[in-house]
Amino acid sequence: MTAETFAHRHPPAGSTPHPPAGSAPRPPAGAEPGGLAWGSQEGGLPLTPASGLGLGVAMLWFSLLVLIPLTAVMVTASEQGWSGFWRAVTNEQTAAAIRLTVATALLVTAVNVVMGTAIAWVLVRDRFPGKRVLELLIDIPFALPTIVAGLVLLSLYGPQSPIGINIANTRPAVFLAFLFVTLPFVVRSVQPVLSELDREAEEAAASLGAGRFTVFRRIILPSLTPAIAAGAALSFARGVSEYGSLVLLSGNLPGKTEVASVRILSSIENDNLGGAAAIATLLLAISLVVIVAVDLLQRKLVRRG
Amino acid sequence: MNRRTRTMAALAVTLGLALSACTGGTSSGDVVTLHIVGFAVPEAANKAIAEEWAKTEAGRNVQFRTSYGASGDQSRAVVNGLKADYVHFSVASDVTRLVDAGLVAETWDDGPTKGIVSSSVVVFAVRPGNPRNIQTWDDLIRPGIEIVTPNPASSGAARWNALAAWGQVIKAGGTEEEARQYVEKLFDNVVSLPSSGRDATTSFLSGTGDVLLAYENEVILATQNGAELDWVVPETTLLIENPGAVLIDAHPKAQEWLDFVLSPAGQRQFALKGFRPVIDGVDTSGIEGVKDPNNPFPAPKHLLTVEEDFESWSALSSKFFDENTGIIVKIIAESGLST
Repeated sequence: MTAETFAHRHPPAGSTPHPPAGSAPRPPAGAEPGGLAWGSQEGGLPLTPASGLGLGVAMLWFSLLVLIPLTAVMVTASEQGWSGFWRAVTNEQTAAAIRLTVATALLVTAVNVVMGTAIAWVLVRDRFPGKRVLELLIDIPFALPTIVAGLVLLSLYGPQSPIGINIANTRPAVFLAFLFVTLPFVVRSVQPVLSELDREAEEAAASLGAGRFTVFRRIILPSLTPAIAAGAALSFARGVSEYGSLVLLSGNLPGKTEVASVRILSSIENDNLGGAAAIATLLLAISLVVIVAVDLLQRKLVRRG
Repeated sequence: MNRRTRTMAALAVTLGLALSACTGGTSSGDVVTLHIVGFAVPEAANKAIAEEWAKTEAGRNVQFRTSYGASGDQSRAVVNGLKADYVHFSVASDVTRLVDAGLVAETWDDGPTKGIVSSSVVVFAVRPGNPRNIQTWDDLIRPGIEIVTPNPASSGAARWNALAAWGQVIKAGGTEEEARQYVEKLFDNVVSLPSSGRDATTSFLSGTGDVLLAYENEVILATQNGAELDWVVPETTLLIENPGAVLIDAHPKAQEWLDFVLSPAGQRQFALKGFRPVIDGVDTSGIEGVKDPNNPFPAPKHLLTVEEDFESWSALSSKFFDENTGIIVKIIAESGLST
């Protein structure tokens, strides 16, 4: 499945906005917070000394924490040459693990785009008892150590499931674990944008005769798209690297439920750092492609909207 | 702007130095600090041994800094500079990695126990009452038996299980081809391959599978902690040997610590946590969680050892567990891809 597939699914128009009566229509909000970093500086101001310093500190910080470690991974991967790299990632067991990881992460991202937006919608636009509690609970997958999450999932959806669902050691287990840890991303990126959204534009459209679905598609969705895309990219990247929450539930069966991070672990255990770095580099490349694709897609959708 | 940049740079450097200084703290006075780096399982036993040692003349005024985790990870951490005076790992290759790095003397395994400080055997953990009646290695490959074992590819310690499965065929007079077929059938019955021994135990106790290939100390510990399981020591099994070593530039007290670990008093603490003593004459009474307190560590009919049955750990590592050509690695990969 490709990035194309999920971006064309629209979040459900679930609950209806209830516009406050009597306010004058204004043009739709133009700003789109939450978009991806690059390109957002287009048309920025020339650097002042202070902002130059800020940029310097930011770049130093970014280099120490991200650029240099990533480069080190790629250097390690390249030390064995192209053939070594190719051998590491085309090993049948490894390739199967990478395919499973990427496909599951894409699928989970697609689900998150729909469900995350729907949950954010409910949290922002609807009033119901326990809303505050729910809002706090959304972040639990962030806070819980993943191995604890794995234990909880195993006890709930394993052989001793109190609700009679046993998916231990099957592919749905991998899907479920990814879904669990990536749930907050889309919700948390869409929520603030949605709550800042100017209701009056919706009212204006409605007063001009647009149906609910049209209002959602033409007014709300274009404003949310960058946030959804950012959440989707985070969700995909997190899914691809997930390990802790699924190791107990998935069973790590080669060619069946074994994910890429387990293969990386195996390579490290065998002191094959080059092999581990090769898999990591490939995952990085795939993540980059997906993140860029999501960004391009959201730009296209925003322009069309 | 230039001056400000320079000020910021100076600030950043100062901050960096201050941070690195924080990690270099040392102890002073007469108290000696020994750094123990080990795999996770013997943590409790080492703690108990340290308490016993503190009661003796040699062990007085010694304090410990300990770090426990996955054996391979811990070994790599020491190579990469983690301070250690004494290491205790689950497999010999984790010590030889330190020998290769020049951190441990090549003579580390010359002592009377050949560098081994704790040992156990491979057992079959089963559900209470053994409902599937699993007694022998052949029972494991009956159709429909579901096996849980840690993954020998990602866990060095899990390799003991696969070796035991292979070795028992050879011991019974089988050929290598027969051993390969047996191990193939075994992995066809495997339903879960968790990353570590502890994960495998957790998975089994959560209801996965009929039988868990486990280490005797692990099942005794689980029983001590209230887990409901039973276990069978098969007629032919493999002696699991965990090595310990003192580093070349360790504090002299570290060798005294190792001597105490290998003494009857030290081994007694290991026995209490379910490990088999590596020397004779150790008091093994009163061990909780064993099946027969009068005979806590029943001798199996045939006990395979790495030295006698597999030459050496490094020889068997490349033969069975090489990432590309290892016999058992290949069998595991095929078992997954064929289903």
